[in-house]
Amino acid sequence: MIVATDRAPDEAIVRFENVGLRYGLGPEVLKDVNFALQKGSFHFLIGESGAGKSSLLKLIYLALKPSRGLISLFDHEIAITPRPDLPALRRRVGVVFQEFKLLNHLSAYDNVALPLRVAGVRESVVKKHVSELLAWVGLEQHMQARPPTLSGGQQQRVSIARAIIARPQLLLADEPTGNVDDVMGFRLMHLFEELNRLGTTVVIATHNMQVVERLGHGRLLLDDGRLIMESARAKIAPKLENLVPGSRQKALAAAESAAAADSFGKYPGDSEIFGDPSSLKDYL
Amino acid sequence: MLKFISRRSDLPLDHDAHSRFLPWLIAFMVFLANLAMVGMLMLNTVAERWDQGVTGTLTVQISPAEDPSEDDPRLQAILKVLASAKAIDRYEVISDERVLKLLEPWLGGVAKSKDLPLPRLVDVELHSGAQLNVIKLTNQINKVAPGSRVDDHRIWLDRLVSLIRTVQTLATAVLFFIGFATVGTVVFTTRTGLAIHREAIEVLHLIGAQDAYIARQFASRAMALGLTGGLLGLALGLPTLMGIGYLIGRMDGFFVPSLELGAHHWMIVGFLPIGVAAIATVTAKMTVLRSLRRML
Repeated sequence: MIVATDRAPDEAIVRFENVGLRYGLGPEVLKDVNFALQKGSFHFLIGESGAGKSSLLKLIYLALKPSRGLISLFDHEIAITPRPDLPALRRRVGVVFQEFKLLNHLSAYDNVALPLRVAGVRESVVKKHVSELLAWVGLEQHMQARPPTLSGGQQQRVSIARAIIARPQLLLADEPTGNVDDVMGFRLMHLFEELNRLGTTVVIATHNMQVVERLGHGRLLLDDGRLIMESARAKIAPKLENLVPGSRQKALAAAESAAAADSFGKYPGDSEIFGDPSSLKDYL
Repeated sequence: MLKFISRRSDLPLDHDAHSRFLPWLIAFMVFLANLAMVGMLMLNTVAERWDQGVTGTLTVQISPAEDPSEDDPRLQAILKVLASAKAIDRYEVISDERVLKLLEPWLGGVAKSKDLPLPRLVDVELHSGAQLNVIKLTNQINKVAPGSRVDDHRIWLDRLVSLIRTVQTLATAVLFFIGFATVGTVVFTTRTGLAIHREAIEVLHLIGAQDAYIARQFASRAMALGLTGGLLGLALGLPTLMGIGYLIGRMDGFFVPSLELGAHHWMIVGFLPIGVAAIATVTAKMTVLRSLRRML
């Protein structure tokens, strides 16, 4: 088994052993997948489209059963976990779905509140947390708006807020930068890094190699259904805080030259998208 | 229960067009169930009364003695016995002319011949509600006039009672069919709802909702629909029942011993909407749970 870090294996949040997956009688889309994700790690899941990235994530967030092999989540072997215990495990995983999967008949507020309500959290607590988080992702003006009336970027922020509202120990994101421009993409990555710094284990499926190269971190490379794990490497770009938003060229140039710019500023057209990272710490 | 119904829902079940017809279907079911149930209960009352022989009338038949001169003393002895029975309100000796008339269809003119020994008949009416031991009375009468019979119309009543029991069994079967049809309708509506909201349900499931959490939303919706349908059915059924009650009230004194809707009948009728709402709730819940069990 390939272990990402040198920490003890019992710290593994996710463990796959000889996992294979096929849909129906079709060919195996995942073959002999072995890996373990250590607590607090950050990985990019990369591979060509159709390589099985989404399938692998679905196995982790318990939407699919493997055709063979063993999957453990938070040291619970899924195959032998009684079905009524699975929702509790799912609540410890936050997922940013590729197509958001927001409920269109509910307001942004109610969408973000779902994971808390499902867990039976008191409504007064729900109100406090959801309002804070929505304000923090810059959607306080749109709390009662339904997803179809929001822009793609706004919907994405709602879906991210929903994924992190219940403070998951494991955050999975499927192509979170697919619908946004590069600067916005880097901002999202910055948010995920911030959550990671606070102890959340993060796995992000992406085919945006620019982001992957820039941020370093461990890699889970899927090639024709087989998984190759690579540990973190040095970042080739300076920290994201040094990015000066505005024109993309300017921002990238600033990043390349590692110019010291101060704090994470405002994204044009969207006030306080992810605000000051310190407010995340307050929230969490 | 109100809190249960008004619980916030994560699924837009109230906007489902396909479930709007459900209250009307349930209303018709409840209407039919009302009629079947009340009919059954009323027949039950009748059958019980007839079963106990509380029809209030008896006929005592005294066979003619070998010596016709003994007939009168025997009749008098029997009348003495009848007079001493506390349950008996009134008795009347039926005249020979009437007996002949009763026998005419069978015997024709022959009956008019004085040679034919005629039985003497006594029509007995009991105090209303009084119980009489027919066997004991028969024994007493037979002591003074051997060969006499007391006819409490048992054979006729037994046949009527068994007819009523058959009709009641049918009514029970009808009630069961109505119940099955209601369950089937709710299952169908719930399954359609599950299919329409499959994606939203999947999201709730992946977010970590217990099956019961999702099932509860369908169950409260089904309860609201069932209760609405039940009350609609009651609104349809009540005027019908009152009309039947009025018609029965008008025909009192005929062969039917006072037939009316008692307080417990009305209570059962009032309970039907709650019963049907409960059936709808449980059915929806079971349907959703069974369907969700197929997900990981």
